[in-house]
Amino acid sequence: MRQQVITAADLSRADVNRVLDRAAEIADDPGAVDDRLAGEVVALCFFEPSTRTRMSFETATHRLGGDVVDMGTPEESSVAKGESLADTVRVVDGYADAIVLRHPREGAATLAAEFVDAPLVNAGDGAGHHPTQTLLDLYTMRSTVGLDGVTVGVMGDLKYGRTVHSLATALTAFDVDQHFVSPESLQLPPGVRLDLHDAGATVREHTDLEAVLSELDALYVTRIQRERFPDESAYREVAGQYRIDAATLEAARDDMVVMHPLPRIDEIAPDVDDTDHAVYFRQAHNGVPVRMALLDLMLADDQGGEWE
Amino acid sequence: MGVSPNGDEGENDVDEGMRVARIRDGTVIDHVRAGQALNVLRVLGIDGGGGDTVSVGMNVPSDRLGEKDVVKVEGRELSQAEVDVISLIAPDATVNLIRDYGVVEKRRVSRPDRVAGVVSCPNPRCITTANEPVDAAFEVLADGLRCEYCDTVVRGEITDHLAE
Ligand SMILES: [Zn+2]
Repeated sequence: MRQQVITAADLSRADVNRVLDRAAEIADDPGAVDDRLAGEVVALCFFEPSTRTRMSFETATHRLGGDVVDMGTPEESSVAKGESLADTVRVVDGYADAIVLRHPREGAATLAAEFVDAPLVNAGDGAGHHPTQTLLDLYTMRSTVGLDGVTVGVMGDLKYGRTVHSLATALTAFDVDQHFVSPESLQLPPGVRLDLHDAGATVREHTDLEAVLSELDALYVTRIQRERFPDESAYREVAGQYRIDAATLEAARDDMVVMHPLPRIDEIAPDVDDTDHAVYFRQAHNGVPVRMALLDLMLADDQGGEWE
Repeated sequence: MGVSPNGDEGENDVDEGMRVARIRDGTVIDHVRAGQALNVLRVLGIDGGGGDTVSVGMNVPSDRLGEKDVVKVEGRELSQAEVDVISLIAPDATVNLIRDYGVVEKRRVSRPDRVAGVVSCPNPRCITTANEPVDAAFEVLADGLRCEYCDTVVRGEITDHLAE
């Protein structure tokens, strides 16, 4: 049984399919699992605020019949007194059956995993990894357009967006054609491009969505942040080119889905919400069954088979 | 056991003996790529302030390397972590352990798969740069080092990133 999920890259294709299969079973019949984690305690250690991720893990635990203990905000905990992360998780390890960790520093989950025996899930470490976001993205894609023989476009801030890096890397395990659409200044960083090449993927980059829109089965949109640009007008000019609305999507296939990790600001116009393309709210809802599946596979003790 | 000179072997001994003093007990790092002696000292944390007795030969003629540097440190044995990092900047180096003027152990360095504890991560947001009870550790790549915690890749002069 895999005890620690730190990066999406740790998960093999078989691991991913196992989580997604389990998530699908749970989504179909949530009542069947409502006591799977009875008597188990999941510790939520959030060293930076992320209300949505925290609520999603909390809901997932409750729906499995488990209990949650919450570290509270960093200001009210021992962290404020200067305790190391290593010490904090060692203490929590003594009374929790699993630990969910969110931390502002890259590599925090890797470090924490060295100091605990309990299963540990990385719920985001700075600009590093956020594997449950990737799993729910994959789940959403699989349940709408599938994960094999499909063409996916990823658009927006491809340089700094960890969601994109993690998703693009994970998609190399499937038969997916990937296209990357961004301004030149926000293209994939060399390290990620190298990883994709190493995995045998072809990196096709475009500065213009129109070049590929009609080929896509899924379009994954991310936000372009204001702080990536020297001034407001440079930002407005560039961001405006990577914004979509219902009119943009007239050139897309009818069954193309639009995804977004949320929160969005204005990169997807509200008039897209009412089209059949929009799946980003469903995508966010999928966080609960996917996290339930992961906790179930890591914690419930009657799982047949092993993680790879 | 016979006492052998503690620098290079063979015909260079005489030459080198004149340039770099022999030491009684300690370590000789020989066949260092010419120009890297000061970086070897930095890896060892020697800046002249610690009172170590150190001799350095630079651009010494060498059969194998053309020119080489030699570093001799009195009263010091190197840790494996130090030898590993030296191998990255001086891949041809030999590390000789000296006791009573004689070489008691001679090792070629080999490029390790990982290094830990000598190089620090240049990413200020990396967890290893916070006050945590771990050393930064790196996977050794063909052309750099990759932090095992935050994936940051260090290329170029690794001696710019030595741990305190
Ligand atoms: Zn690092």
